[in-house]
Amino acid sequence: MAMLELNDVHAYYGNIHALKGISIDVSEGEIVTLIGANGAGKTTTLKTISGLLRPRQGEVSFEGEELTEFPAHEIVYKGIAMVPEGRGIFSKLTVVENLEMGAYSRSDKDGISSDLDRVFTLFPRLQERRRQVAGTLSGGEQQMLATARALMARPRLLLMDEPSMGLAPVLVESVFETIQEIKDEGTTILLVEQNAHMALQVADRGYVLQTGEIVLKDSAQGLRDNAEVQKAYLGMQ
Amino acid sequence: MNNQIGPNWRTIVRFGLIGGVVALYLSVIGMVEAFSARNLIGTFITLAQILIFGGPFVAGYLTAREFKDKPRTTIILCGLAAGAMASIFQVMLILIAHAVDLRFMFVSISPGLMEILTFGQGQYLGSLILAALSAVMGAIGAGYFLLPGTISRTLTSAVVVTLGVGLFSENVNQILSSNWLSLIGGRSVARLLIQQKSLNPIVALVLFLAVGGLTYWRATRAKAQVESDDESPATGRQKRFRTVMLIIAIGALLGLPWIVGRFLSQVLFMVGLYIMMGLGLNIVVGYAGLLDLGYVAFFAFGAYTMGVITSASPLGLTNLNFWIALPICAIVGVLTGFVLGVPVLRMRGDYLAIVTLGFGEIIRILALSDWLAPFIGGAQGILHIPYPSIAGFQFKTPEWMYYLVIIGSLLAGFLTIRLRESRLGRQWMAMREDEDVAEAMGINLVQTKLLAFAIGAAFSALAGGIFAARLGTIFPHTFNLLWSINALSLIIVGGMGSIPGVMVGALILVGLPELLREFQEYRLLMYGILLVVMMLVKPEGFVPAARRQQELRAHAKESAVGTAAD
Repeated sequence: MAMLELNDVHAYYGNIHALKGISIDVSEGEIVTLIGANGAGKTTTLKTISGLLRPRQGEVSFEGEELTEFPAHEIVYKGIAMVPEGRGIFSKLTVVENLEMGAYSRSDKDGISSDLDRVFTLFPRLQERRRQVAGTLSGGEQQMLATARALMARPRLLLMDEPSMGLAPVLVESVFETIQEIKDEGTTILLVEQNAHMALQVADRGYVLQTGEIVLKDSAQGLRDNAEVQKAYLGMQ
Repeated sequence: MNNQIGPNWRTIVRFGLIGGVVALYLSVIGMVEAFSARNLIGTFITLAQILIFGGPFVAGYLTAREFKDKPRTTIILCGLAAGAMASIFQVMLILIAHAVDLRFMFVSISPGLMEILTFGQGQYLGSLILAALSAVMGAIGAGYFLLPGTISRTLTSAVVVTLGVGLFSENVNQILSSNWLSLIGGRSVARLLIQQKSLNPIVALVLFLAVGGLTYWRATRAKAQVESDDESPATGRQKRFRTVMLIIAIGALLGLPWIVGRFLSQVLFMVGLYIMMGLGLNIVVGYAGLLDLGYVAFFAFGAYTMGVITSASPLGLTNLNFWIALPICAIVGVLTGFVLGVPVLRMRGDYLAIVTLGFGEIIRILALSDWLAPFIGGAQGILHIPYPSIAGFQFKTPEWMYYLVIIGSLLAGFLTIRLRESRLGRQWMAMREDEDVAEAMGINLVQTKLLAFAIGAAFSALAGGIFAARLGTIFPHTFNLLWSINALSLIIVGGMGSIPGVMVGALILVGLPELLREFQEYRLLMYGILLVVMMLVKPEGFVPAARRQQELRAHAKESAVGTAAD
């Protein structure tokens, strides 16, 4: 059985029908990516999973449990953490405080401090800047912090929203390396990306979203070889 | 800005005209005349003159800053020109007011004002003198910019202290003539220092030199110390020094009302009250980021609670003791905080501000209404609220109420520090930064917001209860919007989220206007000016929270690097 299942999910912003019956499943240990243009509904999908947006119709279940009944702040406790779009860090708190906020849902002090060491080995830059106010970090460092903060919740499923957005090409590469590392440590990842090229290299499977609907689903290899995808998202002729 | 072509005559005109408009405005609204009675030094330097010549001085200074790469004489000349420009509107005012009667529109353009602006020399000679002196002030402003840092700092502190003592000479007189200090000859010192409600010119000169000398000495010594850099054995001494200073500070805090006398004790009482309110509002606005413009409502709730449960009048439900009533006020504050919190849970930013603004007004109007008059007295208010008392001793005078409010503020300060470092404090700050992300971290926003409102309201209600007991009577009209504005302004001026900032803000915004009675009429204008200037020059506040300062500075650096990255 899949770890996360979205079944015919409809979501609205006011009167705007943003998700028009989306069905997605993610199995344990996978990286699944959602690709699509601006406004296709990628971020909306993640918001629906994390509870920030309530679907009007359809089910979202995580490990067999229906999520739509829970408020957002309780969904973290189920084992889902999010790396928000635009890095969404607490810019006036220090790096360490941000990370501690990430572990807000936990109360095991020893586990938290060992996880702090773990994310610092994953992102040595953050250790160097641990007392710095997060708003003063560079864009790449902020992205690292957002990812590290989500890991501090020790999630079983990590939702990542455009981790490569606004970063220099060199940094983009390292972001995807990190994603691979996180997967290797056993965390399942649902990755939303505009950079389809990179996303399909790291992912196992993928979905293509277009104006709130899933138009294509396949293995990452299958999508890379798909002529439509190549033309629309990979920039190949 | 015109930084493509560098500074030119336009710059001079611009700064000159800005200075001129400010000076003209101050004259036309009547400030100059109102302040001309406030002698600073002798009878020849008055506050009005500072207003008249402040504009040209600042114009000269700003012009000099624009021209900083030019030769010195050019800079001085530019300052001179800007200063002269700055007087142009006032000269026009003098000439026009002489020809036409403007008083049907501008009541403040009185013969008295003309007398001040022309130095009693008639419109033509007077205008010339005004223009010439303004030009000289502009040149001085420019020259001031050119001075090396140490000297200009020395001059600034000497001038500020001397004029400050002059400004408050009446209060200094009061303090020196108080019962305690007159024992050691305070009254004769006062007679020496102060003549005709103004600083004795000779004393002013001595003070000026003393303060200047001291500042200069300290500045040079600090420089020498940085250079030699051998202060390692001083740590033990420093610790002892700090303890001694702490004891002195506590002693001063305790002895203050008896030294400064009744009037200043009352002022300090109000400052303390505002510190309590400011600390509470600081939790709501500074920590949790919820802009609350109806903060006076909780203050009113506290005051009315105190009134209803302690008053000896027919409206008093019970005749509880002040000390039992005070915690009840806090509890009522918490409850009303929840009640306001629930409907505004989904609101953010501006919407929240408007709704809370309305809430504050609703409470005031309800208190005034006939509907509630049988319970809380309507427009007649509640009378005969007893003073706090311990074992028969009544806290009747401001001197004693001062202690109460000091204890209250210390308690509020202590609680604020504890809260800031707590898990709840973190929750507030995370919520302030980004509600969605905070929620995604597992923070219960409903709970966090309600706690911010409730705790903030409790502080305010406590202050309200003390206020009611101090006055003995409360009326709905007392609890107007101004309280909310004052509390919010003092946080902004002091430094958002900073506890010492709240204290400094309260001293500046509440203490100073009480001392400068002429300012009362212009209080809101002063607030406005102060807030605008603060936002431009020091957006982090006088005593910023360390973190906010770091963040704002970095932000300035980043935006200088460019927005291309975004």
